[in-house]
Amino acid sequence: MPVQVLMPALSPTMEEGTLSKWVKQEGDSIASGDVIAEIETDKATMEVEAVDEGTLGKILVPEGTEAVKVNTPIAVILADGEDVGALDGAVASAMAPEEVAPEPGVPAAKPEPEAEKKPEASPAKSTETKQIHPDESPEAAPEVPEGTETVEITVREALRDAMAEEMRKDESVFLMGEEVAEYQGAYKISQGLLDEFGPRRVVDTPITEHGFTGLGVGAAMAGLKPIVEFMTFNFAMQAMDQIINSAAKTHYMSGGQVTCSIVFRGPNGAASRVAAQHSQDYASWYSHVPGLTVIQPHTAADAKGLLKAAIRDPNPVIFLENEILYGHTFPVPMMDDFVLPIGKAKIAKPGKDATIVSWGIGMTYALKAAEELKGEGIDAEVIDLRTIRPMDVDAIVKSVKKTGRCVTVEEAWPQSSVSSEIAAQLMEKAFDWLDAPVLRVTGKDVPMPYAANLEKLALPSVKEVIEAVKAVTYKD
Amino acid sequence: MAARAKSGTRRASAAKSGSKPKSPAAAKSRAPAKKSSRGSPATDFSQDQELEAYREMLLIRRFEEKAGQMYGMGLIGGFCHLYIGQEAVVVGMQMVAKDGDQVITGYRDHGHMLACGMDPKGVMAELTGRRGGYSKGKGGSMHMFSVEKGFFGGHGIVGGQVSLGTGLAFANKYRGNDNISFTYFGDGASNQGQVYESFNMAKLWKLPVIYVIENNKYGMGTSISRSSATTDLSHRGASFDIPGEQVDGMDVRAVHAAGDKAAAWCREGNGPYILEMLTYRYRGHSMSDPAKYRSKEEVQKMRQEHDPIEQVKARLLEAHATDEDALKDIDRKVRSIVNEAAEFAQTDPEPDPSELWTDILR
Repeated sequence: MPVQVLMPALSPTMEEGTLSKWVKQEGDSIASGDVIAEIETDKATMEVEAVDEGTLGKILVPEGTEAVKVNTPIAVILADGEDVGALDGAVASAMAPEEVAPEPGVPAAKPEPEAEKKPEASPAKSTETKQIHPDESPEAAPEVPEGTETVEITVREALRDAMAEEMRKDESVFLMGEEVAEYQGAYKISQGLLDEFGPRRVVDTPITEHGFTGLGVGAAMAGLKPIVEFMTFNFAMQAMDQIINSAAKTHYMSGGQVTCSIVFRGPNGAASRVAAQHSQDYASWYSHVPGLTVIQPHTAADAKGLLKAAIRDPNPVIFLENEILYGHTFPVPMMDDFVLPIGKAKIAKPGKDATIVSWGIGMTYALKAAEELKGEGIDAEVIDLRTIRPMDVDAIVKSVKKTGRCVTVEEAWPQSSVSSEIAAQLMEKAFDWLDAPVLRVTGKDVPMPYAANLEKLALPSVKEVIEAVKAVTYKD
Repeated sequence: MAARAKSGTRRASAAKSGSKPKSPAAAKSRAPAKKSSRGSPATDFSQDQELEAYREMLLIRRFEEKAGQMYGMGLIGGFCHLYIGQEAVVVGMQMVAKDGDQVITGYRDHGHMLACGMDPKGVMAELTGRRGGYSKGKGGSMHMFSVEKGFFGGHGIVGGQVSLGTGLAFANKYRGNDNISFTYFGDGASNQGQVYESFNMAKLWKLPVIYVIENNKYGMGTSISRSSATTDLSHRGASFDIPGEQVDGMDVRAVHAAGDKAAAWCREGNGPYILEMLTYRYRGHSMSDPAKYRSKEEVQKMRQEHDPIEQVKARLLEAHATDEDALKDIDRKVRSIVNEAAEFAQTDPEPDPSELWTDILR
């Protein structure tokens, strides 16, 4: 029976890619392990290997096709002895994707290693959908003049644009980190920067987090403005001493003499199926420390405007990104110099019945929940905190004084979380306005499991947010 | 314990000092035979150089003695690590520094500050936690800085300054100047992982940094032979092809000669250089030191036979026929500077309470 070859996923978060080249042509015989095609994403390229022997019967997706969804049939392989006639049924079923068996001999996608330390799971079906959030129109933000045109870009592109713009503006800004230059970024955030700025300003480091973080801090003390990319913030634990003891404290310890203008950025929190050591959210860790500024954006516009602000800031800034959000698209204002203020929350969706406070990827649950709640007659206000430290407590208090209720949403663990801090702040500053206890929807208090079902359980869900909002509004 | 390297042959003048303390050259050298890192020969100093070294080292010595005294009186709190005995290292190295070079070290840092030209009053007032201190009283003994003088601290976490100092060198290279980062650390810090991470990057990117390892033989109370698998620290850059040498860190001339060579190497764009300064601290690790890990005789022997200041003094009197009154005059001036600093540090007010909330962010 003919075997379908499906569009493979290069990483757990990949949704679609470009079929850049067919290495084998129709009629070519194929041995197991032969490279039959090449595919490309915005992150990387990879070769598709055959796992079955036979003849390439039919190419279903011609080379050069963009935005081919993961798991779309791209070709059919005929087993020895089968003839072209057998194709008809196979092709017909290929055209009806819902009939595709879940695992009909998925070709051995050979993911290019993101890096030795970041083992990607084998290709998995990606469940999240790339989406544009209509509520996220940055026009709502006062920072953007009315009538400003926007462009739809991904968070990934927004971050790259922010760095490129600041590097053009200021010679003392440079980017360093593992695989930021020639590899174009483990997550392709620094794509194209080496070409434009050269190896002096886009510096590939050895895998040596403690060392290169200290080196970056030293360079910042000498007056440069480093952007230090951690391949993920999980690896920054190796560098914690330099971030806290050197970067955060030196300005104070020197009586204001020594400044340390440096940005530490990279993906933070859970990605998809990368298990406990690669899935931690560090927002509350860094937000504990005076001397640090902590930013955790959700949208592309906020990522761009706040990263530019972070690079210009004379202090050390922790900029927490999210691998899953990298591919999400949002409208970004087309302005020559779009910079957002650090420390300002925004109302992502106005409402009157309850306040949902979130930030970063937590916003995806918060906004979906608010949308569903609206259908049930509960009008929740969603606040995107954007900056964790300094926290815009005033914005939260103002909203809670209006709604009388608050639910927080984050993927991190509950104890000593950012949510806990918000709850404490509200107790101190809005106690008399609260009509219900503040509820926290967080990740579960367990190390992140690998199994797909357990991982899903460990993360917060839209359902949990909805339940929490109903609980504080006494609607359940 | 690491063997002292015989670092030069031109010590005749000091060795001939009769009843004066014996120079290390006169002491039996126990240099390992297989040493590949040869100490730079100590070239003779001019009288002016000797006088400069004498003045600088004496200032550190007297300052530290005063700090120890004030600590005992409860005027200085917390940790206080004295540099007494190691003065020749930073003074000799600073004699090869030029404008724009940076200095960074760990917590035994008062000597480095004075050698960088920082005001003793500001340093002492920081020790007493007063508003006129270099960090407005908010840093203390281990955390002082003077961007103006190129002194970047004063760091309290063992080894932390090594990556930072490498970053200072990175900035020099980035800017295309010929300045050097003088990055000091001790034998204790030489076992920290980030030291080797820094060595790797420094060599990889040819960063202008001199790693000055002040081997005073004890990391707190643990002798180097009890903490280190290999005790010739000048070889610690071997895996990265960083040249290194052992230097008689008690002889300011040997330090100067080695520093000169290393600085030229760095300024020419050859990347990092390691100088292992064989030195000794007379006092404890910090003020509360049980002193059980070494004998009184060992300390006494170092003081009597290798004291860096006495060596210079002997040469000044003998070889340079310096008038003894001239030296006494220097002593007097130094004491007066230190007394003034101590006076200031006790009368200057504590920081205003509002300072609690300043300098967190710029």
